[in-house]
Amino acid sequence: MQNLAYSVTVQLSRYLIIIMFAVYVLGCFRVFSKTPEKAEKTYRRQIGLVIAIQFLAMLILFLSEPKKIYIILYVGGLAFVIFTDLAYRYVYKGISRVLLNTSIMLIMIGFVELARLNTGYAIRQLCFASSVSFIGLFVPIIIEKFKYFNKLAFLYALVGIGLLGIVFIFGKEQYGAKNWIFIKGVGVQPSEFVKLLFVFFLAASLEKTKSIKRLLFVSVIAAVHVLILVFERDLGGAFILFITYLAMVYIATEKFAYLLLGTAMGSGAAVVAYKLFSHVRVRVIAFLNPWDHIENEGYQVAQSLFAIGTGGFLGMGFTEGLPDSIPVVSSDFIFAAISEEFGVFFGICLILLEISCFIMFINIALKMKRVFFKYTALGLAVEYIVQVLLNIGGVVKFIPSTGVTLPLISYGGSSIISTYLMIVIVQGMYSINFTESQEVLKHEEDA
Amino acid sequence: MKKMPEKKSDKKSNRSRSDEKKLKKTSKKPAKKPTARKSRKSEELYDDAIYEEELDIRDSDGAERPRNARKKSHNKSILFITYTFVFIFLCMIAYIVKFVVVDSEHRINSPYNKRQDLLAEKIVRGDILSSDGKVLATTVTNSDGTESRNYPYSRLFCHVVGRMDNSRTGLELSEGFSMLRSTTNPLQKLVNDFEGKKSIGDNCFTTLNYELQQTAYDALGSYKGAIVAMEPKTGKILCMISKPDYDPNTVSENWETLNSADEQESALLNRATQGLYPPGSTFKILTALEYMQEYERFNQYTYTCNGTANFHGYAMKCFNGEVHGEVDLTDSMAHSCNNSFANIGLSLDIKKFSATCEKFGYNKSIPFNFEYNKSSFALDKDSKTDEIIQTAIGQGETLVTPLQNLMVISTIANNGEMMLPQLVDHTENTNGKILNEYEEESLGQKCKRKYTRKMKEYLEAVVEYGTATSIKGHTYGIAGKTGSAEIDSTGKSHAWFVGYAPAENPKIAVSIVVEGAGTGSQYAVPIAARMFENYLGY
Repeated sequence: MQNLAYSVTVQLSRYLIIIMFAVYVLGCFRVFSKTPEKAEKTYRRQIGLVIAIQFLAMLILFLSEPKKIYIILYVGGLAFVIFTDLAYRYVYKGISRVLLNTSIMLIMIGFVELARLNTGYAIRQLCFASSVSFIGLFVPIIIEKFKYFNKLAFLYALVGIGLLGIVFIFGKEQYGAKNWIFIKGVGVQPSEFVKLLFVFFLAASLEKTKSIKRLLFVSVIAAVHVLILVFERDLGGAFILFITYLAMVYIATEKFAYLLLGTAMGSGAAVVAYKLFSHVRVRVIAFLNPWDHIENEGYQVAQSLFAIGTGGFLGMGFTEGLPDSIPVVSSDFIFAAISEEFGVFFGICLILLEISCFIMFINIALKMKRVFFKYTALGLAVEYIVQVLLNIGGVVKFIPSTGVTLPLISYGGSSIISTYLMIVIVQGMYSINFTESQEVLKHEEDA
Repeated sequence: MKKMPEKKSDKKSNRSRSDEKKLKKTSKKPAKKPTARKSRKSEELYDDAIYEEELDIRDSDGAERPRNARKKSHNKSILFITYTFVFIFLCMIAYIVKFVVVDSEHRINSPYNKRQDLLAEKIVRGDILSSDGKVLATTVTNSDGTESRNYPYSRLFCHVVGRMDNSRTGLELSEGFSMLRSTTNPLQKLVNDFEGKKSIGDNCFTTLNYELQQTAYDALGSYKGAIVAMEPKTGKILCMISKPDYDPNTVSENWETLNSADEQESALLNRATQGLYPPGSTFKILTALEYMQEYERFNQYTYTCNGTANFHGYAMKCFNGEVHGEVDLTDSMAHSCNNSFANIGLSLDIKKFSATCEKFGYNKSIPFNFEYNKSSFALDKDSKTDEIIQTAIGQGETLVTPLQNLMVISTIANNGEMMLPQLVDHTENTNGKILNEYEEESLGQKCKRKYTRKMKEYLEAVVEYGTATSIKGHTYGIAGKTGSAEIDSTGKSHAWFVGYAPAENPKIAVSIVVEGAGTGSQYAVPIAARMFENYLGY
C-alpha cells in the first residue's frame, strides 16, 4: 500500500511539480504588466507554490523512506519560508517581492534536493539560510545608520586583497582550487565574501570620478584581486571578478571602447593561462571532448550529461534517478541532479527564473537614485548572473566547468551566506531608495 | 522595466537647479531619514551621497545641451549588458534542448552511464531484430519473475548483436536505451507505473540481412577472419561476421575460458570493427587514387616490371616473382604489380598522401555509435624509402579494420561520397508503430568524381583480366581488389577482398579478410562470390 502511494505520488509529481514551477516562473515575468492588486495576488500565489512544491517533494522523500528526519526537515523548511516571507515584508519597506519570492524559491529548491542527496547537508544548509535570513533583517538599518559606505574604497580593497592573501598563504586545496581556509575545522571560502567587497570597492571608486587616473587605479586593484585568484586556481572566482570589473567600468564610463579593450585583454590572458597552467588545460580538454577522456578529465562532465540526458524533459521522477554517480553533486553539479529527477523542463524553467532574478536586480538598479547604490546593485547583479552562467554552463558543457556554486541552491555555507547577503543588500538599498522617493513625492505634493 | 526611472528623471530634469536645491531644503521637514536628509542639506553637492540628477547637472556644466543625453546612454550601457547576458542564457537553453533532443540519444548509451539498470526495473528490454524481422535477441521472463536475455541464433550474430552478461557489447551496448523506452501508450505506461507493472520496451530493427549473414558465415567456414558488407549509397550494414565466435547464451558459464589470458582465439573480439590488419594490396586503391590526384596525366603512366626491382637499395618483388612487363595504371591495379606501386609510392608527396588517407578515415574517429578501432597510417615527411615503398603496397606499419576498408571501397562505389555506417534502421513499439527512423548520414565527398570514375574502371579490370577473374561471369558486373597481406617471413598471409556489385549500380559492397589463409584471389574472392549471388542472384 505504501509502495503504491509512493509510486502514485512520484509519478503524479513528475508532472505537477513541473507545471507548478512553470506557473511560478511565468508569474515572475508577467508581474511587470499587472496592477498592484493583481500583482499582490501573484506574489501570494507564488509563495503558495513554493510551499506546495516543497510539500510534494518532502512527501515523496518520506514515502520512499519513512524517516523522522524528513518530517523535521519539512517543518524546518516550511518555517523558514513563512518566516522569511512575513518578516521581510514587514521590515523592508517597498521591497521587491519578486526578488524576495525568488530567493525563497531558489533556497527551497536547493534545500529539497539536498534533503534527497544528503540529509546532513540539508540540515546545515537550513541553519545557514535561517541565520543569514535573520541577520539580513538588520541590513537596511545598518546601511542607513552607517553613512560612509561610499567613502571606504581603500578599506574594501585592502580587506579584500588581505583576505585573498590569507587564503593564498594558509589556504587548503579542495577539488583542485586552493580557496578554503579552515578555522578550527570549519571551512570558509573567503573569496565568496571578497566578491561583495569587490563590488563595494568598484562602486565607491567609480561613484564620482571617472578620470583616466582613477580608472587605472581601479584596474590595478582589480587585477591584483583577479591574479591572486588565478594563482589560487580559483578560475571561476577570477572570471566573475573580471567580468564584474569590466561591466562596472563600462557602465560608469559608458565607453564601449573600454569594454572592447577589456574583452580583448581578458581573451589574451585566457590564452596565456591556457598555455601556463595545466589545470586550465584539463578543464578545456574536459569541455572539448569529455567522451574521449571519460575515465579521467571528462568523467565529471560526462556523468553530469548522462544524468541530464537520461532524465530527459520530464525527468526520472524525484528519488528515481542516480545523481550520486556525479562527483561533487551536492555543490557544483547540483543542477544536473535537479535536471535528472525533476526533468530538463524544470531545469529550463530554473534558468528562466535566474534570468528573471537578474532582470529584477537590473530593474532595481535602474530605479536607484544614489549612484553608489546603483553601481552596487549593478555590480552584484553581474556577479550573480556570471556565477549562474559559469555553474550551469559548466554542468551542461556549454562552457568549460570552473567549479563555482549555483547561488542559493548549491550546498555550502560561504556560498549561501554571501549570495543571500548580496540579495538583501540590494533589497535594503532599494528599500531606502523607496522611502526617500516617497518623501520626495510627498514634498512635491506639499509644494 | 526601463520606463519608470526615465519618467522620473524627465520630471526632475525639467526643474531648474535652484528648484532642486529648494526641494532639498524643504525635504528637511519630515525628519525621518537622517542620512538622506543630511546629504541633501549640504550645499556642497558631492559630500555624502551622490544622486544621479546631481551627476547630470555637473556633467552638463550649466550649458544648454540636453541633460538627458548622459542619463540615457547610461541606461544604454546597462541595457546592453542585460541583453548580452539574456542572449547568452537563451543560447544556453537552446544548447540544452539540442543536447536532449539530438545528442543525448547516443551519448547516454555509454557503458559509463549506470542508469540502464534503473530503467530496466520499469521496462522489459525490447527485442533486436534483423531487417527481415527475425528475432536476434529477446527478453524471456522466467517463472520466478526474473528476466534473462535469449539469443535464438546463438553464434551467428554474436559479435554484432553483442551480449548483456559480462560487460555489454555490440548493439546490446549501443542501443540499450532505445530498447528501454516504452512508447506504446503513454496512458497505459502511466497505469503500469502506478501499479508498479513493467511496460514492454521498444524493439530495435537492425539493417542486418539474415540470409546474407548466414551465407557469409557459412562461406567463411572454420577460418578465422571477418566479413562486413554495406549498401554503399546509404551506409546500411548488411552483415557483420567475426570468427572465432562464441555462444552469447552461455557466455557467463564459459567466461573463464573465453576470457583467460592464454586464450589465443580472442573469440570475444569483434574483428570486423576492432581487428587491425595490414591491408595488403587492397591499400593500392588509395595509393593509385593519390597518384591520380597528384598527376593530372596519370593516364600516360607506364612502368616496366621485371618481377624484381631495386629502389635506392631496397629490394621489391611481385607476388611469386611474376613479371608483368610494361604496365599502365590499369594493369598495375589489375595485376596488383608491387614494383609498379613501389615506383608510384616514391613519386608521391607524403604529406598529401597522408592527408588523403586521413580524409578516407585513417587515424580518425567517426561518429559511429558502436565499438570500433581507429585504423592507422604511419607515413610522415621523415619516412625512409623502405617504409614508403612498403606502405604503397599495403605492408609496412599501416593497419586497417575490415570496416575501414569497407568504407573506402563503398566510397569509391558511391562516387566519392562516404556514408556513415549504420546498424539500426528504426525502432518500433510493440504496436508496430515506427518511431525512430534513422536517416542516412553523409561523411562528405572524399574525392572528385572523375577520379572515382577512373578508379571504378581499374577495379573492374581486376575482375576482367586481373587477380579476381574467378568471380567473373555473373549477369551483373563486379569490381574489387584482392590483397594478400604478408604477416611473417614464412609466407603466410591474410587473404583480403574488397569489392562491390553490380559494377554499374552498386547495391552491395563487401570487405572480407581471412586470417592466415593465403592469397586473396584464392580464399577471399570465392566468399565474395557467394555473398553477391545470395544478395543479387546469379
